[in-house]
Amino acid sequence: MSTATTDTTVGTASTGTATTAPADAADGTALLVLEDGRTSRGRAYGARGTTVGEIVFNTGMTGYQETLTDPSYHRQIVVMTAPHIGNTGVNDEDPESGRIWVSGYVVRDPARRFSSWRADRSLDAELAAQGVVGISDVDTRALTRHLRELGVMRAGIFSGDALYRDGVRRTTDDLVAEVRSAPQMEGAALAAEVSVDEAYTVEPLGEHAGSEPVATVVAVDLGIKAMTPYRLAERGVRVHVVPATTTIEEVEALEPDGVFFSNGPGDPGAATTEVELLRAVLDRRIPYFGICYGNQIFGRALGFGTYKLAYGHRGINQPVMDRTTGKVEVTAHNHGFAVDAPLDGEPVAPFDGGRFGRVRVSHVGLNDQVVEGLEALDLPAFSVQYHPEAAAGPHDASYLFDRFLDLMSTHRTRATSTTTEQES
Amino acid sequence: MPRRTDIQSVLVIGSGPIVIGQACEFDYSGTQACRVLKEEGLRVVLVNSNPATIMTDPEFADATYVEPITTEVLTTIIAKERPDALLPTLGGQTALNAAIALDEAGVLEEYGVELIGANIPAIQKGEDRQRFKDVVAKCGGESARSEIIHTIDEAVAAAETLGYPMVVRPSFTMGGLGSGFAYDEDDLRRIVGQGLHYSPTTEVLLEESILGWKEYELELMRDKHDNVVVVCSIENVDPVGVHTGDSITVAPALTLTDREYQKLRDISIAVIREVGVDTGGCNIQFAVDPATGRVIVIEMNPRVSRSSALASKATGFPIAKIAAKLAVGYTLDEIPNDITQVTPASFEPTLDYVVVKVPRFAFEKFPAADDTLTTTMKSVGEAMALGRNFTEALGKALRSIDKSGAVFHWDGEPVAGADLDALLATIGRPTENRIIGVQQALRAGATVEQVFDATKIDPWFLDQIQLVNEVAAEVAAADALSHDVLLHAKRHGLSDAQIARLRGLGTAGEAVVREVRRAHGVRPVFKTVDTCAAEFKATTPYHYSSYDEESEVAPREREAVIILGSGPNRIGQGIEFDYSCVHATLALAEQYETIMVNCNPETVSTDYDTSDRLYFEPLTFEDVLEVYEAEVAAGPVKGVIVQLGGQTPLSLAKRLEDAGIPVLGTSPEAIDAAEDRGLFGQVLLDAGLPAPAFGTARSLHQAQDVATSIGYPVLVRPSYVLGGRGMEIVYSEEQLTGYVERALAAADEAAGGALPAPLLIDRFLDDAMEIDVDALYDGTEMFLGGVMEHIEEAGIHSGDSACVLPPVSLSVTEIERIRRSTEAIAKGVGVRGLLNVQYALVSDVLYVLEANPRASRTVPFVSKATGVSLAKAAARIMAGETIADLKAQGVLPTDRDGTTIDLSDPIAVKEAVLPFKRFRTADGVAVDTVLGPEMRSTGEVMGFDVDFPTAFAKSQAAAFGGLPESGRVFVSVADRDKRSVVLPIKRLTELGFEILATEGTALVLRRSGIPATVVRKYSEGRGENGEPTIVDLITEGQVAMVVNTPNGQGARADGYEIRAATTAADSPIVTTVQQLSAAVQGIEAQLAGPFSVGSLQEHLARHTGKASA
Repeated sequence: MSTATTDTTVGTASTGTATTAPADAADGTALLVLEDGRTSRGRAYGARGTTVGEIVFNTGMTGYQETLTDPSYHRQIVVMTAPHIGNTGVNDEDPESGRIWVSGYVVRDPARRFSSWRADRSLDAELAAQGVVGISDVDTRALTRHLRELGVMRAGIFSGDALYRDGVRRTTDDLVAEVRSAPQMEGAALAAEVSVDEAYTVEPLGEHAGSEPVATVVAVDLGIKAMTPYRLAERGVRVHVVPATTTIEEVEALEPDGVFFSNGPGDPGAATTEVELLRAVLDRRIPYFGICYGNQIFGRALGFGTYKLAYGHRGINQPVMDRTTGKVEVTAHNHGFAVDAPLDGEPVAPFDGGRFGRVRVSHVGLNDQVVEGLEALDLPAFSVQYHPEAAAGPHDASYLFDRFLDLMSTHRTRATSTTTEQES
Repeated sequence: MPRRTDIQSVLVIGSGPIVIGQACEFDYSGTQACRVLKEEGLRVVLVNSNPATIMTDPEFADATYVEPITTEVLTTIIAKERPDALLPTLGGQTALNAAIALDEAGVLEEYGVELIGANIPAIQKGEDRQRFKDVVAKCGGESARSEIIHTIDEAVAAAETLGYPMVVRPSFTMGGLGSGFAYDEDDLRRIVGQGLHYSPTTEVLLEESILGWKEYELELMRDKHDNVVVVCSIENVDPVGVHTGDSITVAPALTLTDREYQKLRDISIAVIREVGVDTGGCNIQFAVDPATGRVIVIEMNPRVSRSSALASKATGFPIAKIAAKLAVGYTLDEIPNDITQVTPASFEPTLDYVVVKVPRFAFEKFPAADDTLTTTMKSVGEAMALGRNFTEALGKALRSIDKSGAVFHWDGEPVAGADLDALLATIGRPTENRIIGVQQALRAGATVEQVFDATKIDPWFLDQIQLVNEVAAEVAAADALSHDVLLHAKRHGLSDAQIARLRGLGTAGEAVVREVRRAHGVRPVFKTVDTCAAEFKATTPYHYSSYDEESEVAPREREAVIILGSGPNRIGQGIEFDYSCVHATLALAEQYETIMVNCNPETVSTDYDTSDRLYFEPLTFEDVLEVYEAEVAAGPVKGVIVQLGGQTPLSLAKRLEDAGIPVLGTSPEAIDAAEDRGLFGQVLLDAGLPAPAFGTARSLHQAQDVATSIGYPVLVRPSYVLGGRGMEIVYSEEQLTGYVERALAAADEAAGGALPAPLLIDRFLDDAMEIDVDALYDGTEMFLGGVMEHIEEAGIHSGDSACVLPPVSLSVTEIERIRRSTEAIAKGVGVRGLLNVQYALVSDVLYVLEANPRASRTVPFVSKATGVSLAKAAARIMAGETIADLKAQGVLPTDRDGTTIDLSDPIAVKEAVLPFKRFRTADGVAVDTVLGPEMRSTGEVMGFDVDFPTAFAKSQAAAFGGLPESGRVFVSVADRDKRSVVLPIKRLTELGFEILATEGTALVLRRSGIPATVVRKYSEGRGENGEPTIVDLITEGQVAMVVNTPNGQGARADGYEIRAATTAADSPIVTTVQQLSAAVQGIEAQLAGPFSVGSLQEHLARHTGKASA
C-alpha cells in the first residue's frame, strides 16, 4: 500500500503482474478483452503482462498524470477518450498520490516524444517502471460507445508472455475466462487497500505557512488525492490525514473543528465501518464535509441508498448546478456509484426515524439529474459527489472549501454562544 | 429564466463585404443568430451590405436591408423600424464599431434601442490596450511590458526601455491591420506611422517581444447568471509572431498539462468577468514561454470571432446560436445541447479527435507583395480537417487547401550540406509553405532540436511531422503495399496520391494504390463530432473520416443527394459558391436526404444544421469517393452535385463519372464542351456566335506571329501555372516580348527552357462593354436569371468589376440578342442547371468571351436583386425537374425573367472590395492597385435603390465608406482617355471640387475651360521651395479622390506611386473612365441628401403585387 502524501516514491502495482517482454511477443501486440467477449488488438504500452479490472472511460483532454495517480481508480482499467496521451511527459509535481493506481491504461496515440518545460521523463517509461500494463492503438471511441451502451464491465489487457500459455497463443475464450474470474466492483470494500497506514499532518501553506491554523480538520483517507488537503491547507487549515480505520475516539482526540471524508474506490454499499464512523461524527455535531466517496457515505449515514451508474461520470467537463445559488459550475467527476435521494423538497433523512433531521439535494448533475451534493439542514454537514479540489479539472467549485471553513467558523461561534447562553 | 418578454424586435448588423480578417464566418454566425431570434418569435431587422450571404436571404429576417453599414443609413433604418434592441456581437468588428458609433451619436438613446449581448464599457475595456492591461493585472495575469504612444517621437523614445524587436499594435483595428514587428528604428517609424493612421483613436501600443512563444486561444461563453464555459482551446502550431488567422492551428491544445491549462482557464474567466462581457462569446489569446511557462495575456475579443466559427465547427458547440439565445435572456443551463438533445449547453465540449486548421493565401495574385507572415493577417481563407490523431488531421487539412505545393512530398533527393543550412535559415522566416520546408528539413536529417531552434515550433509537433516522414520512408521501402503498411500510412494522413508518388507509380498510380488498399480492406470509417467524446448519444450526423475501426454512418431509407462544397475561400472562389450550395440543400431537403461535403469552417454549408448529413472532408477525389461509397452502403444515392461549389468540385466531375458515380446536372462532357477552347469554338460556330480571335504560342516567334495576325492589344495568359504570372493585357510587340521572355525565364527554372504548355493569346477588345449573364437551362427551356452590365470596361476581371442589374444602358434589342445567344450556348453545350456567360459588346458586335456551366460568383447578387433563387431552381433542375415544373410550383416566376425590365424595377449595383492595403512589398511599400484581368477582390457589396446614381453611391459607401463630397480631385489619365474625362471633370468643378492635374491632363482640361492646378509629378521630386509632388499631397491626406487611368501596361513609374499612395491613404481611386462617370453620378446622388432605405421584403412584395395584379 502506498501513502497518499505528495511524496513521489514509486509503488508497486497491486493488480498488474509485470513481466519482461519475451522474444516471441516482440511484435508488441497487446489484446484488450472484455468480459462480454469483445476483443481489441493493439500495441503494448507501458509494462507487458496481464492486468484485469473494471474498464471505465475518462473524457478529460488534460490531466492524465493526475488521473493515473488518483486512488479512486484503484482496480480500474481506464480508457482515455482523448487520443493523444503523454505529450507533456511526467513530472514530479502533478501526481495526486505516491503511485499510479489504475490497473490498466488504454490509449489511442501515445506520445513518441514529450514536450514540456516541467517534464522529467516519458509516460511510457513511467508506466513501465510502475508495472502498469497498457495498450495503445485501439479504437478508444468505439470502446467508449460500447461501454456507454452496455455499461462498465470487467476487462483484461494481455501482452508479452501473458498472451501465451505453455508457448501456445492463448484463445479468446481462455482470456475471457480469466477476465470473468476477476472480482466485480459491486460489493468491493477497497478503502483499506488505498488508505494510509499511519496518520500524517498537512500544516497551513502559502500565505498561511507558519501561522496559527484557522481550523483543524481530520481528513479520513479513503483514497484521498493530494490536492484535497492542499486546498484546505492553503486556506490556513491544519489537516490531520488519518487511516480509514480510525475510530471516533481517535478523531475526537485530535479536537477537530471539522471532519472530512475523502474520495476513494469501491462500492459505498460495502463501507459499513466508514458509515458508522460518520454517524458518530454527526451525532457529535462536528461540522462535516465529504467529497465523492465521502458524499456516498454521507448519503448512507443519512439512511439513503446508493446505486451503480451504468457507466459513471469520469471527466472534467461535467455541469453541476448549485441549487443554493442557481449557478452552474463545470466540474471534475470520477464516480461509478451515486446516492439515491429525492431530488426535490427537504425530506427528513430516513435513518433511525429522522435522527439527523432534514436534508436536501444541494447539487445536481445537469447531464443526467444525478445527485451531486447533499446538505443537512439541521446538522452542520454537507458533501458533494464531484471534485472541488479538481486536479485534474476546472476550479469552478473551489468555493466549497470556503463553505466548509464558513461552516466550521459559524458552528464554532454558534456553539460558543449557545454555551454562553446556557451558562447565563 | 426564459427569454425576456420586453423585447419584441431586434436589429442585427452583419459584417459587410468579405475582407481579409473578416470573412464568411460572420455569415455563418449571423445566419445562426437570425434563425434563433426568429424561432423565438422576435421580429428580426437585418442590415448587411453583402448580397452573397445566406443571412440576407429574405426568409432569415423580417426586414432585410442590403444597405451600407454606416451610421447615417443605420439611423434611417432604426427610425423606420424602431427595433427594441440591437445585437452587434455577431457581425465582427464592423458591427461592433457600427454599434459604438450609433451609441456615440446618441442614436440608440434617441430611439430607445437597447444594446444586447454587449455593453460599450466592456467593449472599450476589452479593446483599449491600456485598460485591458489593467484588467489583466487585476485578474492576476501578466501582460507583455508595453507603452501606449500617440506620435512617432513617443514611439522612438519608448524603444529605449522596451528594446528591439518590438511589437506594434494599433488600437481598434481588425485582423491585426497595421500591426507588425519592428526590428530597428526605421521599421518602427514606418509601422507606427501606418498604425497611427489605421487606428480610429490614433493610438498605438508598443510592447516587448514574445516572438517564438507558444500561442493559445480559449473560446468562452458567459450568460447573465455569470455562468462561464470554455468551449474550446486552440493551440497555434506557428508560434507567436504569426497572426492566429495565418497560423496552422490545432484543437484542442495538445502540449499543456492540466495545471497549465487550468491556469489559462482561470485567467480567462477572471478576465471575462472583469471586462464585463455581458452575455455571449469572447476569446482570449495567450503566449506561453516554452522555456519557463511564463504566461502572458495577449488580447481578447468581446464578440463572436473567426475563431468562434472555427471552435464551433471543431467542437459541435454552436457559439453564435447560443450567443443569440443568451442575448435574449436565456441562461446556458436552459439551452439544450443540440447534438445530444438530453444534456444542457452549460458544459465544456470534450474532443476525442484532433482538429487542424490551415490558412490559404493568395500571394500569387500579388507578386510584388512580401510573403512573410506577420501579426497582420494576410490569408484569404482556411481549411479545417478532423482526424483521430494529429498526423491524420494535418494530412487531410493540407490536402484540403487544394493548391499545388501545399502537401508533404518526398520527391527528389533530400537537400544536404549547405543546402540544408540554407533551408533551416529559410524556415526561420514564416511563410505560406513553411510547414513543407519544416518537413523537408526533417526529411533531410535535421534534428527536431535544429528545426525548433529555427522555427520555435513545439518539438511535439515537429516529432509528429518526423513521424510522417518515417511512415513515408516505410511506404517507399516496403517490398509491397501490404495491409499493415497501407493502414499505417493512412492512419498518419497520407493520401493515395502521396503513396503512389512514394512508390514511383505513374500518373495512374493513385488508382493502383486505391485498388490495392481496397483489396486489403483498408478503408476509412466515419466518426461523429458529438461534443462529448461519445459519453452521450449524438443525434446529429456530423461526420469525419478516420482510419479507425468502427464507423458510425447510420442506415437511411430516403434517397440522398450529395452536394460538394467549394473548400477554402480564395480569391475568385468564396462565399458566393457556399451560398449556392446552401441553397441547393435547402431546395432539395423536402424530397431528398441532403448530404454536404466541405472542408471550410467559415461557412454556412458546414453548419451541422444546414444539411441532413455533414461530412467535414477534403474535396479531393479520394475523399469524396469514400464518402460516396459510405453513403451508398447506408442507402440509395441519387447522385452528386458538382456545379455549385465552383471550380474545385467541378474539376472532379470527370473522375467521379469515370468511377461510376452519377453526376447530377450538366454532364462532364458538357463541362468539357464549355471549357475546352476547341470544343467551345465549335459550339459557337454552330450557333453562329462571334468570339474574339485567338491563337496559341510556345515561343516568342509564334507569339509575335499570332499577335500580329490578331492585332494589338491582346490578352496573354499561360495555360499553366507559373510562379504567379497571370494574365496581362499587351498593347505592343515590345511589351509582348517582355512578357514571353519572363515566361521563358521562369520556364527555364521550372522546366528546362521550353514553355511547358502554350500561351493563350486572345484579341483584347478595347473600349468594350462587358456583360455577364446567369441563366438556367433544363434541356428544352431557358430561364434567364439576370443580365449585368459592367461599369468598368472589358479587360478587368468580372469579379473585380462593378456591375449593374438590370443593365442601365442596353437596348431592348441588345438584351434580346443576349437572350438568344445565351439560349444557343446553353443548348449547344448541353447545360442542365446553371450557366454563366460573359459577353463583350463592341461596335454593335456581341462577342462571347467565355461560358461556365456552373454556379457563378454573381448568382447570389442576381438572386438578391431579382428575388428569384437561381441556385434553388438549379438544384431542382439537376435533380430532374423542368423549368416548366418550377414555374408551375411558383419557384420561378412566370411573368418575368432577367430580360424583362420594368421601369419601376429597383437598380442593384455590385461593387468589388479589394485587399490591396493588406499587402506591402518587402520594402514596406503598398502594392499596385490597378485592376486587370487577374481577379484580386475578396468580396463584394450591393447598392440597391430606385436609380443608378443612388445605387452606385450606396455601393461605394458600403465598399469604401463613401465618395467624397468636397475637396480636391487629382486627375491624371492616359492619352486615349483624355477626351472622355472632360465632361465628368467639368461636372465635378460645378459640384465644388478643386481639380489638381499633371501637366498633360491639365492642358486638355484648361482648353475645355476647366480650371486645373498643375502639381508636380512624383518623378520630378519636390520643387526648389519644397513644393510637394502629388504623392506627397496624397500621403498627407490632401486629396479627396484620385482619377488615374493607367498607360498601357499596368505598373509604370508615376501611376504606380500614385495608386500605391492612394491605397495607403485610404482615399477613393478611379482607374477607368467608366468608373469616373459612375462616381460623378454617385457624388451627385450623395449630395442630394441622405439615402432612403428599402428592405428586400418590400421590394419583393412589389414584385408579388405586380404578379397578382
